[in-house]
Amino acid sequence: MPGWLEITLRSAATFAGIFIIIKLLGKKQLSEMSFFEYVVGITIGSIASSLSINREIPIIYGVISLLIWIFIPFILNFFALKNKKFRDLVEGRETVLVKDGKILEDNLKKEYYSIENLLNQLRKKSVFNLSDVEFAVLETDGDLSVLLKKDKQPVTPKDLNLPVGIEKEPQTVIMDGQILDESLKNRGLNRQWLKTELEKIGVAIENVFLGQVDSMGQLTVDLYDDKITVPEPVQKPLLLATLKKCQADLELFALATDAPEAKQMYAKHAEEIERAIAKLKPLLN
Amino acid sequence: MTVGSQVKQCAASLKSVKAGLETLAEQSADAQLARELLEAASSFDPIIADLYQRIGVLEREEPQYEGF
Repeated sequence: MPGWLEITLRSAATFAGIFIIIKLLGKKQLSEMSFFEYVVGITIGSIASSLSINREIPIIYGVISLLIWIFIPFILNFFALKNKKFRDLVEGRETVLVKDGKILEDNLKKEYYSIENLLNQLRKKSVFNLSDVEFAVLETDGDLSVLLKKDKQPVTPKDLNLPVGIEKEPQTVIMDGQILDESLKNRGLNRQWLKTELEKIGVAIENVFLGQVDSMGQLTVDLYDDKITVPEPVQKPLLLATLKKCQADLELFALATDAPEAKQMYAKHAEEIERAIAKLKPLLN
Repeated sequence: MTVGSQVKQCAASLKSVKAGLETLAEQSADAQLARELLEAASSFDPIIADLYQRIGVLEREEPQYEGF
């Protein structure tokens, strides 16, 4: 077999093998690699590369070595899932670096972390002032997780006692001008509905690059032709505005009328609508 | 514009709001959201009814504007 052909075959086969292995190991490998997984990944990669380019290695040796390097971590992971102590041994434990706002110097030393490293990691989390930190922990994958002091944490609607509406995930119903029937069906909508909505904003389906439906069935589209401006969905703000107008009208009627019972009726309903507005506001925003 | 037609307009606006809320409820993804919207929509029913009653009274007072 000529050299170039052998290298081609070896490379293609190794690529296919590694592809299958990656699929088997799952997504965890990519995101939260522990030191152990990192080393395993590098080793598998370098075995694969020698296997693909070094003609002197018999293929079977490379395959054996690869299988061992894949099999052992697989077993270790399996037992690590079952047993907490074993997991701590294999994947390591997280180290607390800041507690009660105070740096734990001993733990820093244990992790070979200099104060610059710590400050660097904190800055990456937009924390420039150590006094803002209540608690920080070094995760097993080398990331620093930071809990800010309560008064430095971002404000949530709950902090402000703001009522919030219910928001579900939006569904993408048009992609590249193609209607995605499945996501339409998920939302209990159909093509006819979509056609009507597109007609309302005066857009042809062929021109739509992306279309999404929010939890109340409002359609947002992005067009291929960026010169055309698409009107924003106005239904919800319009409803709220109409309601406010009705409320104001009723108050006006209450002032204008001379009949006492009508005055009372108008005033009562104006109040009711005001309450309804307060209730609907978070939903319609 | 007479008072009667103003009140009529207000009642019509309320009806439109009610229909809009019901449409949103029909299209919404969440059962609780739909329920809240329908609840709000039905809370306008007594108001609309009272307004129409008042329109009747106003039309009797100013029969020359009836139907406007």
